[in-house]
Formats: sequence, structure tokens, C-alpha cells
Amino acid sequence: MTVLDFSEPARAARKRDYELTGTAGRHAVETGLASAEWYHTDVPRKEMKALMQRSDGAAIRDTAVWLGAMAVFATGAVLLWPSAWAIPLFLAYGVLYGSATDSRWHECGHGTAFKTRWMNDAVYQIASFMIMRNPVTWRWSHARHHTDTIIVGRDPEISVMRPPDLARLVLNVFGIVDVWHAVIDMARNAGGRLSAAERDFIPPQEQPKVIRIARIWVAIYAATGATAIATGSILPLLLIGGPRLYGAWHHVMTGLLQHGGLAEDVTDHRLNSRTVLMNPVSRFIYWNMNYHVEHHMFPMVPYHALPRLHALIGHDLPAPNPSILDGYREMLPAFLRQLRHEDYFIKRALPPTARPYRAEFHATPANPPATAE
Amino acid sequence: MSEWIDACAVDDVEEEDLIRFDHEGRTFAIYRSHENAFYATDGLCTHEHVHLADGLVMDHIIECPKHNGRFDYRSGEARGAPACVKLKTYPVQVKSDRVLIDIA
Repeated sequence: MTVLDFSEPARAARKRDYELTGTAGRHAVETGLASAEWYHTDVPRKEMKALMQRSDGAAIRDTAVWLGAMAVFATGAVLLWPSAWAIPLFLAYGVLYGSATDSRWHECGHGTAFKTRWMNDAVYQIASFMIMRNPVTWRWSHARHHTDTIIVGRDPEISVMRPPDLARLVLNVFGIVDVWHAVIDMARNAGGRLSAAERDFIPPQEQPKVIRIARIWVAIYAATGATAIATGSILPLLLIGGPRLYGAWHHVMTGLLQHGGLAEDVTDHRLNSRTVLMNPVSRFIYWNMNYHVEHHMFPMVPYHALPRLHALIGHDLPAPNPSILDGYREMLPAFLRQLRHEDYFIKRALPPTARPYRAEFHATPANPPATAE
Repeated sequence: MSEWIDACAVDDVEEEDLIRFDHEGRTFAIYRSHENAFYATDGLCTHEHVHLADGLVMDHIIECPKHNGRFDYRSGEARGAPACVKLKTYPVQVKSDRVLIDIA
């Protein structure tokens, strides 16, 4: 794949402020970079309607496999405990709990996985608990992520800020940073308080729900901990809560590829998102979110229709990375380079059939058109 | 006082779908339900500045294409986050295969 390297010289001297209540966010609002018009590939309405159609079949099948496999692995691990034979079963259970949950949370949060509303909501609540994301907070956080994708000071879900914090990335392979923050947020919310950032993107009428859910979760985790103490066994913690740590690696591995090393402060998902072709197992765990440019451009398209969308609009997108390994070969050097030169990012080449990147979309005072090095 | 505007032909809107209709700087959404009834609302989602015409109609729900906020297009009631604020609705009548809306 051809990769062009870009820099933004005008920003070189300015420190990025990723805080939602900070200067960059205010600047994005003032310059029209926030809540902006984004580039979309033209898709005939008839074809888009067909792609957006909901169904229950695929998600019921996948959810049955997901929860059924968790039950089988957990039962086997408990029966084999404390033998070492339990370890591979816990590792498999952990990936389904601590990683597959991430994509279920995501798809059901969009409301696109199932046609039946209560099924989306039920899986969303279960997945939110397992991935330790307050379902109210993160619904609004994710809405903002789609409004202002990788806009500095606006997007609350930028996982790799510049310059990259590599220690944090490594710790998060085991969920350590995420869980630490999740516990702090849960405790704060259960105590009846929201942070300034939470108050920024959660409407006032929704805020009491954040607190109520946090209190329910604290009770569940307290009961799990009490059971572990009462039985003198860590088994309860290996089954509830713990897998968010030891099973997180897959969702971190795939999640970093979504936007890692790509542009900030642009309004074209082809510049700030990455589509990566993956093996079937990872695609099941990730529920096709490897088609990430397509998902951001058309978030109404359910996960099971994303391969069809990819085939339909591929002519207008950068070529996908052919594998996870190839994605990391592109992304990791960019992270390392951003340590020394944080304005560096990857600009991925478009095929000749694509409409070119529109400089006028990105030529705001905050972000002058980039020029090739 | 009523102000009836000719918005489109009946056949311009497929069943269980909607189209965008712009008039004098305002934008509307014209719906045709699966029961072949016509409805009209404001054309932009109340959550953010997104045209509903690119969204998905399911039964009597319009789902916003950007954040999946949901409204009942008959009443304008918000039915799912992040939509919280009601959508303005407009009276509709069909005359001689034309869809008229009262934008007063």
C-alpha cells in the first residue's frame, strides 16, 4: 500500500488540548470544525435503504454463540479449577468477556445489531456492565465521537492522543488503565457526582440514570468481592470483572487500528479512520468493526451488512490494510515518529476511482491544508 | 392561519420511506407509511443538524442517519436517545396525487 507522510507545520508549536472543556474544543466550535458537514461517498438511496435494513437473525445467532461459548468455557474452567488446564479455558472466556463485549456494546448502542428494540437494549446493558462503560455516559460519549470524530477537544473517545503514551497503551493491553478509570468513574457516579466532561456531553435529564446504574454496578461488584472473600477463592473475580483485564487484549488490538496514527481535525473519515481486513475469528469477536471507514461514514448500516457496503463504496476509499499485522506495520512507526514530531500523521493514498480529499473541508484556521513532506 | 404548500407528487415517496423537501430556506421531511398514509415533520434532527431524509423508516419510526436518534414521525415524539426533543410535525393532505403540507 502506498502511504504518504504528512505534517501540519502550522500546529507544530502548539500543545494539543484534548480536554472537552479546554481551548481546542472551544476553538473547534468557533471555527465550525465541531458538528461540521462530513464527506460521504455517494450511494443511491435504494441501495442505502437495502443496506440499512434491520434483521434479528444474524445477531440472535451471533449472540447465542457468544453467550453459549462463554457459558461452556466458564463451566469447564470452574470444573477444572485449580488445575492448569483451566487456564486456556479462562483465556478463551476472557476474550469473549473482555473483548467481544466491546463490539456488542458498540453495535447495540447504535441500535443496529437487532431489529427488535428490546434485544438491542438488553444486550447493550449486559455488554456495558462487562466492558465497564456506564451505558448512559457512553451512549452520549459515542454520539459525540460520531459527530466530531477525532476532533481535538471535542471527541471524548480518542484512544491515542499525541504524543502517544506508549506505557499507557501497553498497560491497556491488559485493561489496566481503562479499568482504573472505569472504577474511579463508577465510584464518583455512585457517589452522586458527574465530572465536568460528563456534564458537557450528557443532557441534564439523562444524568440521574448515570448515577442509578453506577450504584447497581457497585452493588454487583461488592457482592462478587464478598463472595470471593467468603469462599476464600478468586474464582468469582475470574468470572466477573477480572476478564475485563485478562481478556481485553483483542479489543485493544483491533480498537487501536480504528484511528491510530491517522489525521486529527479533519472532516473526512477516509483520513481519520482505517479499514483492515481480518480473519473470521477476529471479525466475529469484533463484529465487523474492522470496516471502520464504512461504519463512520454510514453508522446506520448494521454490522452484518458492512462487507456489502465495503464492496459498494470501496472504489472511493483508501485500500484497506490486508491484515492486522499490516495495520500495525503502518501504525506503530507512526506512533514512534509522533513521539518526536507529534504533528506527524499518515495520509493514506486514494485509488484513482475515488473523489479526491477536499482541501476546503479541512482548511480551517485550526487546521490549514496539509502539504506532503 | 393555514399555508398549504405543494411539496411533492405521491409517487415521489416510496412506501415506508421519506424524502427531503426544501422551501424558502426551511427543510422538511415528507413520509409515506407502510399503510400508505403521508406525514410531514421538520427535516432536521432535533439532536444535531442532520437531515432525516437520509435515515431509515421502520413502521412509524424515523431513525436519524448520524446518531440513530428515533422519532415517531406521526406525533414527532422522541423515541430513542440521543433524540430527546420532540420533532415539529405539520398537517398533510393529498389532492390529485399531490402531497400538500401546511407549514404555517
